[in-house]
Amino acid sequence: MELSPTLPDDADVVIRVRGLVNRFGDQVIHDDLDLDVRRGEIIGVVGGSGSGKSVLMRSIIGLQTPAAGEITILDHDTRSVDAIAAKDLRRRWGVLFQEGALFSSLTVAENIQVPMREFLHLPEPLMAELAGYKVAMVGLPAEAGPKYPSELSGGMKKRAGLARALALDPPLLFLDEPTAGLDPVSAAAFDDLIRILKQTLGLTIFLITHDLDTLYAICDRVAVIGDKKVLAVGTIDELLSFDHPWVHEYFAGPRGRAALSAAPKSVKAA
Amino acid sequence: MGAASFEQVQGPGTAQRLAVRGRLTIAHIADVVEPLRAIEPSGSAMAIDLAGIERIDTAGAWLIHRLVATWSAAGVPTAVENASVDAERLIAEVASNDFTVDTRPPVGNVVVARLGRIGAAVVGMTDNIGSFLAFLGHTMVVLGQTVAGRRPLRWNAVIHQCETIGVNALGIVGLLLFLVGIVVAQQGAVQLRAFGAEVFVVNLIGRSILRELGILLTAIMVAGRSASAFAAQIGSMKLNQEVDALAAIGMSPIEVLVVPRVLAMSLMLLLLGFYGAVMAVIGGGLFCWLALGIPPITFVQRLQEVTPLSDMVIGLIKAPVFGIVIAMMGCFQGMQVTGNAESVGERTTRAVVESIFVVIVLDAFFAVFFSAMGYN
Repeated sequence: MELSPTLPDDADVVIRVRGLVNRFGDQVIHDDLDLDVRRGEIIGVVGGSGSGKSVLMRSIIGLQTPAAGEITILDHDTRSVDAIAAKDLRRRWGVLFQEGALFSSLTVAENIQVPMREFLHLPEPLMAELAGYKVAMVGLPAEAGPKYPSELSGGMKKRAGLARALALDPPLLFLDEPTAGLDPVSAAAFDDLIRILKQTLGLTIFLITHDLDTLYAICDRVAVIGDKKVLAVGTIDELLSFDHPWVHEYFAGPRGRAALSAAPKSVKAA
Repeated sequence: MGAASFEQVQGPGTAQRLAVRGRLTIAHIADVVEPLRAIEPSGSAMAIDLAGIERIDTAGAWLIHRLVATWSAAGVPTAVENASVDAERLIAEVASNDFTVDTRPPVGNVVVARLGRIGAAVVGMTDNIGSFLAFLGHTMVVLGQTVAGRRPLRWNAVIHQCETIGVNALGIVGLLLFLVGIVVAQQGAVQLRAFGAEVFVVNLIGRSILRELGILLTAIMVAGRSASAFAAQIGSMKLNQEVDALAAIGMSPIEVLVVPRVLAMSLMLLLLGFYGAVMAVIGGGLFCWLALGIPPITFVQRLQEVTPLSDMVIGLIKAPVFGIVIAMMGCFQGMQVTGNAESVGERTTRAVVESIFVVIVLDAFFAVFFSAMGYN
């Protein structure tokens, strides 16, 4: 099937999830969920509130131990990987949490340097320069570097969180609702930033979002979560013709249509 | 595949070439950064040859970009040669975001900074006293309005707080005071034995515990348990904007959060203080029975004879006062939380330290006061 959540076995896959089951007490979040993420793509993950998008991300990055199922990430099976290899694996992905999750007792520049200090032995001046570059790259002003997170606005915290996620130039990036709570101008700038990062650094990006504009603007494929599974994965055009009430309502509802009419021409023409 | 390395060669004429090889990534550049930066640019021109690069990331691109920039600024035209498409794109991307950032806020002159810190501490202290008095006044007004029936009393919250402050502390307070009773009896017996006056141990236990130790130790215990809990709870709510939400809905945070805690604490400390004193007397009595051979019935009789009722009353009068002070300190420090998680920790510590301090100071005042009033 064309919109299947799984890719052929020979595909170049960075994240492979098979038969994932997550439960909190009696409440089943995921039941036999499958998903494949290709190398070098931006995959958008959408779904209603409480459908388990964040739980899926937490399972993949190992913050939540699934009740059953198999998760392979960057060619490592997360069930059998030992603690040292798991730590090494964490160098190879960056995570942006919803509220940024900056360490509140450190300045922005120090936050960015945390992964560098933990994993590498770099000369102090170089770390300062790299932190400065990351601050600039995510579009923060230079004054933001020596500031503490409590002195920043919500959007600035997200940018700083992204800079920290990118500190070690990881090939894989997880973003949990990066544009939620940003004004439209900042959100559009954030979309541009993510697209540029993907092009220049060749990142694979796992992006949870509710923002239809973000989906149209930057996602290569979109995975829809519902009924405790990944219902379908495909380009937005493919999903527009997918026959499921929630998916239809999502993309063809008033906001979906508005986002489509604002989307780049290539999407509309297709 | 190897770590990053480089080689310097004399180019055509007076030009210089620098061939960089290997993985120019953040994990591998640590070894080459310092030697590369130590190179003095010389000759008519410099060329950095990237043909041997296996992989490059933004850190590597940054290094190359900075070399080009510094050497060019030093008067030696520098160019990058044989770069892959990716490397060129990365270097261009890095170059477009070249600015320096301070890691820490500026410190300034050491002496001025030190003086500034002393000044800030003094201002902070007076500020703190002022805020506490304001908080005290505000709470008293709300408490008065509650008593006058103009504000509702949150019975649910009061009962809940009574459970966490009082009922849940029964085990630890009981055990602690029981042990203190034994220790007082045992140490007293050792000293009094020298005079052959072991029986006066009962006086010692009865008077010291009922009048001072019982309530004081209970109050210190409760301050450690509950003042910290109040500060941390209210502090987290403050960070999470829950306190703002209460005010925005039209519920006074003092009425909802502080008043129930203060009332529950003063009531519970009264009961806990009595319970603690009884447990300590039981501990002391048990020691007297087992180690000194004073049977319980004699112990109780003697206790009645030598301990005036006023000791008990003085001990219990202090309890609600200590309770109010502990609850107010905890809630006040919680309300003072701003900014970050560190602030919650700092305020929680202060709540415990300051409430215990004030309890002991107040206890000293009470002791002097009641002695002056003739209750010896």
